[in-house]
Amino acid sequence: MTGPAGEGPAVEITVDGAAVAARPGELLIEACERNGVYIPRFCYHPRMASVGMCRMCLVTVDTGRGPSLQPSCMVTVAEAMAVETESAAAVKAQNGVLEFLLINHPLDCPVCDKGGECPLQDQTMAYGPGESRFVEEKRHFEKPIAISATVHLDRERCILCDRCTRFADQVAGDPLISFMGRGGATEVNTFADEPFASYFSGNTVQICPVGALTAEPYRFKARPWDLTEAVSTAWVDSVGARVSVQSSRNRVLRVQGVDADAVNWGWLTDKERFGFEALDSDGRVTGPLVRDAATGALVPASWADAATRAVEALSRAPAERVAVLGGARLTNESQYAWAKLAKGVIGTDNVDAQLDDGLPPELVLSLPRATIDEVCRPGGVIVLLGGDPKEELGSLYLRLRHAVVSDGATLIEITPRATGLSGLAAHSLHPRPGETAELMRALLAAAATGAADGGAAGCDRAAIAAAAAALDGEFTVVLGRGSLAETADSAAAAAAMLAGRGSVRFLPVLRRGNVNGAFDAGLAPGLAPGRTLLAAGTDRLAGIWPRVPARPGRDARAVLKAASVGEIDVLVLLGADPLNDFSDRAVAANALDGAGSVIAVDLFVNDSAARAADVVLAAAGPTETEGTFTNIEGRVSPMAQKVTPPGTARADWMIAADLARRLGADLGFASPAEIRSEMAEASELHRALTPEALAASPVEGVMLAGTQIPVPAVEAPVAPGSRGLRLVATRTMYDDGVMLRHCPSSRGLARGPEARVNPAALYRIDARPSTTVRVSSARGHLDATLVVDEGVPVGAVAVGWLAPGAPANALIEAGSPVTEVTVEAR
Amino acid sequence: MAADGYVDHAPGYVANEGPKIVTGRFGYEDSHRLARFEATGGYEGLLRALALAPGAVHQQVRDAILLGRGGAGFPAGVKWGFLPPGRYPYYLVVNGDESEPGTYKDRLLMERDPHQLIEGCLIACYALGLSQCFLYVRGEMALAQERIAAALNEAYEAGYAGRRICGTDFSVDVVLTWGAGAYIVGEETALIESLEGNRGMPRLKPPYFPAAVGLYGQPTIVNNVETLSNLGWIMANGADAYRRHGSESSPGTRMFAVSGHVRRPGVYEVEHGVTTFRELLYGDNFARGILHDRELKAFIPGGGSAPWFFPEHLDLPLEAKPVGAAGSMLGSGAVVVMDETTDAVDAALRLVRFFARESCGKCTPCREGTTWLERILQRIADGRGRPSDIDLLLDVSDNISPGPYPAASDEARGLAAVAFPPRQTTICPLGPSAVAPVVSTIRRFRSEYEARITRRDAIPVKAAS
Ligand SMILES: Cc1cc2nc3c(=O)[nH]c(=O)nc-3n(C[C@H](O)[C@H](O)[C@H](O)COP(=O)(O)O)c2cc1C
Ligand code: SF4
Ligand code: SF4
Ligand code: FES
Repeated sequence: MTGPAGEGPAVEITVDGAAVAARPGELLIEACERNGVYIPRFCYHPRMASVGMCRMCLVTVDTGRGPSLQPSCMVTVAEAMAVETESAAAVKAQNGVLEFLLINHPLDCPVCDKGGECPLQDQTMAYGPGESRFVEEKRHFEKPIAISATVHLDRERCILCDRCTRFADQVAGDPLISFMGRGGATEVNTFADEPFASYFSGNTVQICPVGALTAEPYRFKARPWDLTEAVSTAWVDSVGARVSVQSSRNRVLRVQGVDADAVNWGWLTDKERFGFEALDSDGRVTGPLVRDAATGALVPASWADAATRAVEALSRAPAERVAVLGGARLTNESQYAWAKLAKGVIGTDNVDAQLDDGLPPELVLSLPRATIDEVCRPGGVIVLLGGDPKEELGSLYLRLRHAVVSDGATLIEITPRATGLSGLAAHSLHPRPGETAELMRALLAAAATGAADGGAAGCDRAAIAAAAAALDGEFTVVLGRGSLAETADSAAAAAAMLAGRGSVRFLPVLRRGNVNGAFDAGLAPGLAPGRTLLAAGTDRLAGIWPRVPARPGRDARAVLKAASVGEIDVLVLLGADPLNDFSDRAVAANALDGAGSVIAVDLFVNDSAARAADVVLAAAGPTETEGTFTNIEGRVSPMAQKVTPPGTARADWMIAADLARRLGADLGFASPAEIRSEMAEASELHRALTPEALAASPVEGVMLAGTQIPVPAVEAPVAPGSRGLRLVATRTMYDDGVMLRHCPSSRGLARGPEARVNPAALYRIDARPSTTVRVSSARGHLDATLVVDEGVPVGAVAVGWLAPGAPANALIEAGSPVTEVTVEAR
Repeated sequence: MAADGYVDHAPGYVANEGPKIVTGRFGYEDSHRLARFEATGGYEGLLRALALAPGAVHQQVRDAILLGRGGAGFPAGVKWGFLPPGRYPYYLVVNGDESEPGTYKDRLLMERDPHQLIEGCLIACYALGLSQCFLYVRGEMALAQERIAAALNEAYEAGYAGRRICGTDFSVDVVLTWGAGAYIVGEETALIESLEGNRGMPRLKPPYFPAAVGLYGQPTIVNNVETLSNLGWIMANGADAYRRHGSESSPGTRMFAVSGHVRRPGVYEVEHGVTTFRELLYGDNFARGILHDRELKAFIPGGGSAPWFFPEHLDLPLEAKPVGAAGSMLGSGAVVVMDETTDAVDAALRLVRFFARESCGKCTPCREGTTWLERILQRIADGRGRPSDIDLLLDVSDNISPGPYPAASDEARGLAAVAFPPRQTTICPLGPSAVAPVVSTIRRFRSEYEARITRRDAIPVKAAS
């Protein structure tokens, strides 16, 4: 695990009389466990530094100076060390520690969520005293207290193991809970007026060895012995964190992190952990809906009626006037089914899993890739080119944070504004909006000559020179989409410049769910399945797909622009919500209104569907369908079906197969497994995805590596010459998206709209901080609170992407290199 | 007061006969001022040191066999040698947190002779090649803080501290900080945590010495106030002169704070290793016997955390080794004297309560165990004890400090001495400290416990209304 267990010859130790080969530098508690000797513990956690506080793991250790009791979570193995885990002294000490822990522990087990899976219960049974000799009154605290909107703390149950507090401080970097008081009055608590508002708070609930920490979504919902679990993959973002989905009586009640060494180390964001609530919410679409011609409302319909309406529209439309947007929500198998339906049956290449909110797929797929482990390599150099991992991909943020804090990695961030990692970054460069390519050119020139000529993109010469010096050797690039208020062109050009440097490898961090699987399945214009260009894949697909589009189609921006002028007859929204997710709200609205028919395939009626869908086909959610998921690395891991879909909702691939059948074609598969075997035929990339490979690595998953796409030439746009304030719009963890709206525990966590400006730019704004201002562009306006923020470039105004009541895309014109805005008092 | 401003008796300090190494100026009204310090040989030791090579100064301290006065009695010269070569910067941290029950010698050193301490710090810094020193004073000691602050201002102004000290190219910054009122920050690693701005909780060992990993992860020497206060004299007079006082293995003098039922309580500077407890408690030059001519019941030789001694141990010398072998420790130099009227249960409760309240809460046996001990003792004291409580006290103690606990011999009961130190299931020695009064009193005064538990009149009976 993360212990400093290193390379080198084994260390011979004796455990309970048996010779054991330990790894050099390994902690004794780990060495014993690997060799089948379990030592009880409370505070020790393999993913956090040992603190030796609970004293439960005391064993007798003799290193030649006589036996003595030592905490095995603190002792590293040494040659010839002799360990007795069941010596009389160790047994007495462990029994004593348990008695101490129990004297003040309330007898809450019958009403405690932890009962049945409680390390304190279990270890008391195994190592503890049968009876208590404590006759005094136990310690009392008010129980429980809410320490955040989601997490409750019962201090009477707490055994002060420092796991939650250590996690908050060391792993998440949010030291908002701490020990207070001392002696027998020691307690865990938050600071006055500062709730435990961490994106990662749910992890503390999972690692608490007692029922002291509970989270709103699971409190009092079930007993552990009523739950069954399946290992699956988190779906709310693209990291692919491994999870255990736990249900009882056909309802998902809890999601917990699973320790995948290569991915999330057991940690989850609260969104990954609690996002399942939305699937079970009242807003869920449980059966097909059609637009009632008389009332204009969406009303329930039978599958036959709804599918017929969809197919009628599809069969009337010429292929090039059909478009399919979205698909990142789907499993790999459903994505492939939809790619086959759209491209191979209907014959349109107007297919795009992104909504102008990512990066060009040919570029992303062409880049030499790095895994998370390779990016987080001890002592490595990481270039972060894009958005804020803390806001977008929380469990990746934790890995990056660990790499910098504990493993000596150097971070250089080139981001539109300060990120959650800025405090740890060796160099932070925030170019003026639209000028990332200029900055990269200057950086690489400085790296080549050893000196910077001057400033670039608003960054000063010294900062560029310093960052350039760090780019001297090998490095990896974490590549995402930064601001959505400018096109991806400048950032893409910057990435292409780096790709030209021999050894550089990339971790593309497009954030939307299974968008990487969508690319690999060919759900993007100009692509065939398997990281192959359409033209290059045609031959291979010939015998498998009824047809293959002759020419690359339109991307989302072009589709929506075409739809807004009446050039699209059928617009299929595969879990897409252009009104909220496309860069240009006005174009999205016109496109929805201008498209002939709009067919939504979704879990919810999102704002776009509510406005324009003629048919809504109810899809099964991530815990309701079997399949696989592809993460940012290209790692494929299983999505487990744990419950049945609500009502008559169906898996997306079934919907595709049904529509195909009604269109007179047979997609040729009847299960996800059959889809996978067809994918292996249709794409070289997917040949690695055999049932054996998946079964062999249920936690780490199967890596799909390699690409058939050469690095495209990307031309950098000319830097805009304007002098006005430019908009920066970035994603936030909590926003007004449709999933979060249906998640009771996350609702209300989205921050109100804020317009952030650098203090040095305040003089350009005729308004006071903390008052409401109006941010206006040629396109529209929004109202927000003015906040001073040194992390915003001087010439910019930064807003969150989808703050409640203030969508940033109301200001943006799709395709423009920057968005100029003005700010004035309201 | 004599004409030269010398007073022979000041509160808390008793000017006994004998060599004076660290308390020599205590009698002067203005002993804390630079003028008095300089007029009485102050900063001579520093000047002598600056004339030597740093290594030679370290050697002098090694030769003097200056034993640490903070509790563990580790030789300062040897400890300094643990600094790993080349891993600069090193730091010096002065432990002025003195909070052990019964101990009040460091406070006097800081209040009465702050320059002597500062001189010691500067000599240590010079010897070890370091340029930053942190003086950590107990939070409650306002006068000590004030006097050290004033003395530092004087020393900086006069060029003894700061940049280019006394015209040499040796520079040291001395930073004064203070605690927020926790006994545990006297433990050196907890003190370092506190200095760094964290909760004062001991660090885990290994590393065993802050000399390897200390303040801000750098090699750090932590020394007690009294330890450092000796350095000026040693440098001014030489290690040989120092070793002419005291015993061979414990040279020099040592400050002992005598409190409790004696006629003349106070801090005495005593020749190290040669004086006996009997002389200290009964000698005319010292505490002059038990108050009201009562019988001695017990005495604690080294502060509240030391196991107790009894009248038959009075002839032990004030020297670490024999005291340790006899089952206790000299610790922080606090001798607490209890006469025959002392109630053993109440005394144990009073001491255990201190440790229970001061436990930092980090490790289970100390946090829960000491609190439990206090509650059992409180129950017994309240007349609600149970016969099983005595064994319970001993077993709870054993779960904090396993195995035979250090204790004095008791011939009458056929009990042999158990040598110091105790074993521990805890992180630091605070937990086991709470066991000392429990085991000491039960071993010797079990009958008092039994009486307290069974005596009817000790049970509070609600008067009929
Ligand atoms: C619980 C506890 C409390 C302590 N309190 C003090 C104290 O108040 N003052 C002190 O100098 N040393 C105290 N010590 C000892 C220090 O940890 C350390 O050994 C000492 O400061 C070293 O200085 P010296 O080598 O000069 O004696 C304490 C130790 C423990 C375990
Ligand atoms: S709340 Fe739980 S995790 Fe936190 S210190 Fe208490 S027992 Fe440990
Ligand atoms: S023994 Fe007591 S004071 Fe020492 S670390 Fe443990 S809890 Fe803190
Ligand atoms: S598990 Fe080792 S001390 Fe807690």
